[in-house]
Amino acid sequence: MVMTDKQLAERSITYRKKILKYIVGAKAGHTGGSLSCIDILNVLYNEVMNVGPQNFTSPDRDRYIQSKGHCVEALYVVLADKGFFPEKDLETLCKYKSHYIGHPTKKVHGVEQNTGALGHGLPIAAGTALAAKMDKKNYRVFTLLGDGELPEGSNWEAALTAAHYKLDNLCAIIDNNKLQITGTNAEVCNTDPIDAKFESFGWAVRHVDGNDVNALKEVLSSVPFEKGKPSLVIAHTIKGKGVSFMENSVKWHHGVPDKDQYETAIAELDMEMANV
Amino acid sequence: MGAVIENNTINGKPNQDVFSATLLELADKDRNIVVVTSDSRGSGKLVAYGQQLPGQIVEIGIAEQNLVGVAAGLASAGKRTFAVSPACFLTARALEQIKNDVCYSDNPVRLIGISAGVSYGALGSTHHSLHDFAVLRAINNITIVAPADNFETTEAVKLAVKLNKPLYLRFGKKAMPLLTDDEQNGFEFGKGRIIKKGSDVTIIATGETVYPALQSAEQLAQQGISATVVSMHTIKPLDAELILQLAKDTGAILTVEEHSVNGGLGEACASLLLQNKYNKPFKIMGIPDEYTVTGSQTEIFNHYGLSADGIAQAVLTLLKT
Repeated sequence: MVMTDKQLAERSITYRKKILKYIVGAKAGHTGGSLSCIDILNVLYNEVMNVGPQNFTSPDRDRYIQSKGHCVEALYVVLADKGFFPEKDLETLCKYKSHYIGHPTKKVHGVEQNTGALGHGLPIAAGTALAAKMDKKNYRVFTLLGDGELPEGSNWEAALTAAHYKLDNLCAIIDNNKLQITGTNAEVCNTDPIDAKFESFGWAVRHVDGNDVNALKEVLSSVPFEKGKPSLVIAHTIKGKGVSFMENSVKWHHGVPDKDQYETAIAELDMEMANV
Repeated sequence: MGAVIENNTINGKPNQDVFSATLLELADKDRNIVVVTSDSRGSGKLVAYGQQLPGQIVEIGIAEQNLVGVAAGLASAGKRTFAVSPACFLTARALEQIKNDVCYSDNPVRLIGISAGVSYGALGSTHHSLHDFAVLRAINNITIVAPADNFETTEAVKLAVKLNKPLYLRFGKKAMPLLTDDEQNGFEFGKGRIIKKGSDVTIIATGETVYPALQSAEQLAQQGISATVVSMHTIKPLDAELILQLAKDTGAILTVEEHSVNGGLGEACASLLLQNKYNKPFKIMGIPDEYTVTGSQTEIFNHYGLSADGIAQAVLTLLKT
């Protein structure tokens, strides 16, 4: 189904409401980061990637590897919406013996790799993209990184490999919400300028408003940005996006809303929906 | 059971050379086999492989975490992937990638730890891998194998291609003698090989300590002590059936390994035996928990008694207890 721009924007709001619903149900979750990256997942799964339940076992499918595994709630609601599993399953989120745990695992249909420890997505994605090159296949590999995980050295090792092997079928997206659990990225471990660093490693880099679905659609549909180079999208996002009292607040990194907060948040999102 | 080759001499090649030659042969017929290296093709004896099959080798450079992560990605996309790096770096620096990207995600990477144990003896502890069995034993979903001789190495590589599950294979760079002329009994992961059958004591060794264990059995025979020698090439899954049978059949058990005495083959056997009410003499031989002495592999083996004389002496002491 081809979505209109309005429908795509509405979809993000619906996803946000579901993220909050299931986090409240589980009494656990990475609220701020899931809300910041959901527009990226919305656009990837609904507009960009050739992957769904119908072709998930095909060796030619596009792959998505979520390096920032802790924001799994965003992935779950999108996978459920794509029909990988019934959304009702998410009522078991983080419950005893549920497969829907706090980080992605392959026990959940639609998940490519078990992640959760940071700095792992990019090397695996690079290896998967390299396999496509070796097999002369056309699938692409997308991986979503948090900005807070950039100090992990394995990212930079993989950045070298991706450029060395000219993996232009690899696209890394940084959910650049500028906050991590202790404070701002700049306070914790300054990684700026991210663009110049990756460019110097041999990547083609673009910036985008990571909470603007139309801008994301334009950028993510145009990979590779340069033939022979891996693509990096620095998605400037707002942690907690869509809920006024959660936005840009470290407190909501893994804060769980209480009943009143949840109702306020849903009311805000409903109002936003009415104004799309 | 075939006879032990008379006058065991160093009539074999380093297991490392046998690994690379076997893999080259297999990869030449299977374009899906891929070797991933960390500037380690020289020490891994993979220079010829790289020259003959340049499309089936991926050079990562010295970056072991990335080596394993990339290998996991390749394996997930159907490549029969061999990640080759010195055991010391592969299993320590990249441990989290092994745990998560290979084992937890069940990506069938064959992790090849070259120059294992104290093969790099004179280079110091940075280059020793005396922890690898211990750390990997505690990780779910990995088979751990240390072949003793060229036969076991060849068979292990062939099986590794077929296994299609996470695997750790480690060996050294010293020429290894063939342990027995009987290869008819085959080789299977998880099944120990009885190299010599005896009745008084069982020596369970692994990797490059099997040869001195066998030599010690020959010395013991001259003193009227009949020893069974087992090459327990697979540390995990452990061949519990064989060990428990030998526990019944012989009067004592001694384990030998090129690994810390903590957490390796010996403690795996001890755990099994104790939980099965074993109450006969038992000893673990390996590298003690101390600042490891340096020298050649043979010198270090001799220093810690992992030699024919040392093992024979340990057996004699054990039988007196």
